[in-house]
Amino acid sequence: MGDGVRRRAFVALCVARFREYQREPEVLFWGFAFPLLLSVALAAAFRERPPEPSRVVVLAAPGAGPVRAALDSAPLIEVEVADEARAARDLRMARADLVIVPPATSADEVEYRLDPSRPEAGVARARADDAIQRAAGRVDPVSGHDVAASEPGGRYVDFLVPGLIGMNLMSGGMWGVGFMMVDMRMKKLLRRLVATPMRPADFLAAQMTTRVVFTIVEVAVLLGFGHFALGVPVRGSLVTVFAVAILGAATFAGLGLLVGSRARRVESVTGLMNLVMMPMFLGSGVFFSVDRFPESVQPFLRVLPLTALIDALRAVTLEGLGLFSQAGPLLLLATWTVVSFGGGLRLFRWS
Amino acid sequence: MSSASVAVAVQDLKKDYGSVEAVRGLSFEIATGECLGLLGPNGAGKTTTVEILEGLLTPSSGQVHVLGRQWGQDDLEIRERLGVCLQQTVLSEKLEVGETLRLFRAFYRAGREPDEIIAEVGLEEKQRARVGTLSGGQKQRLAVACALVGDPELLFLDEPTTGLDPQSRRQVWDLVRAFKERRRTVLLTTHYMDEAERLCDRIAVMDHGRIIASGTPRELIRSLGGDHVVEITVGEGGPSPTPEELRRLPAVRSVHTEAGHLLLTVTEPHLVLPALLEQLASSGAVLASLATRHASLEDVFVSLTGRHLRDG
Repeated sequence: MGDGVRRRAFVALCVARFREYQREPEVLFWGFAFPLLLSVALAAAFRERPPEPSRVVVLAAPGAGPVRAALDSAPLIEVEVADEARAARDLRMARADLVIVPPATSADEVEYRLDPSRPEAGVARARADDAIQRAAGRVDPVSGHDVAASEPGGRYVDFLVPGLIGMNLMSGGMWGVGFMMVDMRMKKLLRRLVATPMRPADFLAAQMTTRVVFTIVEVAVLLGFGHFALGVPVRGSLVTVFAVAILGAATFAGLGLLVGSRARRVESVTGLMNLVMMPMFLGSGVFFSVDRFPESVQPFLRVLPLTALIDALRAVTLEGLGLFSQAGPLLLLATWTVVSFGGGLRLFRWS
Repeated sequence: MSSASVAVAVQDLKKDYGSVEAVRGLSFEIATGECLGLLGPNGAGKTTTVEILEGLLTPSSGQVHVLGRQWGQDDLEIRERLGVCLQQTVLSEKLEVGETLRLFRAFYRAGREPDEIIAEVGLEEKQRARVGTLSGGQKQRLAVACALVGDPELLFLDEPTTGLDPQSRRQVWDLVRAFKERRRTVLLTTHYMDEAERLCDRIAVMDHGRIIASGTPRELIRSLGGDHVVEITVGEGGPSPTPEELRRLPAVRSVHTEAGHLLLTVTEPHLVLPALLEQLASSGAVLASLATRHASLEDVFVSLTGRHLRDG
């Protein structure tokens, strides 16, 4: 670009875009305030807590007394005695983790009623059974003790912050580029611009450049907040973290360009955008690990750009790994970028 | 054709969208320094024609030369010398007036000082105002300013005053006149006959994708056969004169009926009026209203198509 007028046009377009961005109150909210609030809220909801006691209901029946006594003396069990109807309702509403039908005589069995799909139920059963067996005279052949070990970086909030940064890069690129293009097309502003000697390529380059600059600011704010306010560790070098973030921003700017390349109405691009983003919001491991999904869908989730971006972000921030260790996800992101840009430019219409 | 004296040359231009023929074979030229008006109702093909000339649409067939060059070959060269004001462009609401104009200025190699143009379009006080806060008339003047900032030789204005209040319309007209005074060329589309009459040196009347008449405003009005129109209404119940009877009166060139009125195109009102009154009195018809006015382009359009411009 050794051409003075083109450089001047490019700079003017970047400056104009930057001003528009900065004067858009929604942008400040969705770009900064929303992810910050979300990380604070989720950090509070999933903060470290002392282990939760199990809520156990003993049926009011002959033999309830000794069972209750055995449970009362055991740690981490809250016991209540209730009639059949109340016990059934508590179990159904998940107010109780376990209902125990006491044995009428010592020859009868103890009956445990529980919903096996609830993890709390299994814990409650183990604790209650333990207490009842010991009270009945069981002697454990091996003894053991617990040591609490909470590794910094292993908390939920540590897992969450890189996920939120990834999510933010996705929505920033998709809305900031895709939605804006459609809005400008709808208002005939794109048409007005191509009626000047401005080069279309310079216009698109300015959009991408400003997107990347905003990314650096957004990531800096989110990561800074996570690190200083929530204590999220940043173990990798900042250069590495930002390199990954910028590649991610470019990928989603490209996808935004592709999604917004043809639509003439804001409604149609909004639908398309949700169609593209929703699977990634849910399946790319923003809020919980991709490993939790069934084996059969994992190959699909692994090729999504947001999955690759978040994996790489977590690896470089939480584990302090270098760029080369993340060659796989980064290559995948680069491929998405090239394909979406190419497709977007090919399909793009100015009016 | 010498490109120095002809700014725009169009030959047998056609544009169809599938089975819809928007433009059905247009040929015209615009001389350098001339203001040509494309006058016609909505849907006549004016915007399609202008957007082809602006290089925003590709014609289905036909030849277009703009400033001696052709689209598809010298696009950048043409764009440098062209000013464009699209129908209803919404400029970025978040930018200030001055910022918007400096952005557009940055696209051109040569051009005028943004501050100078802002003064010319009367937006000095709005220099620092966001575009979103401007009135419709101010936005339109800014749109014209954006078209002028590259110091174009040729200006395209598509419906520049549609939807504006009378004062804003006059301000836009003044801008076009100032541009013309600098011997620059203008192509303007409008469905306002007063606008065409005031601004244009020459007018091409368009209807259904064709030019159905062209000439100076004077020539077009003369083609009616008379400069004046006498409009009468006769009272109900009484006898009504037939168009044939009226046509026999002195100085009457043609007679139309329209929504209960009788419209007489006449050369000399002072000759026709006494004879008209006498004829009505002798037939026993009661005159409910009588008005005389100068014939307008609207009358030309009605006599050519049987419809009004606003009817579409």
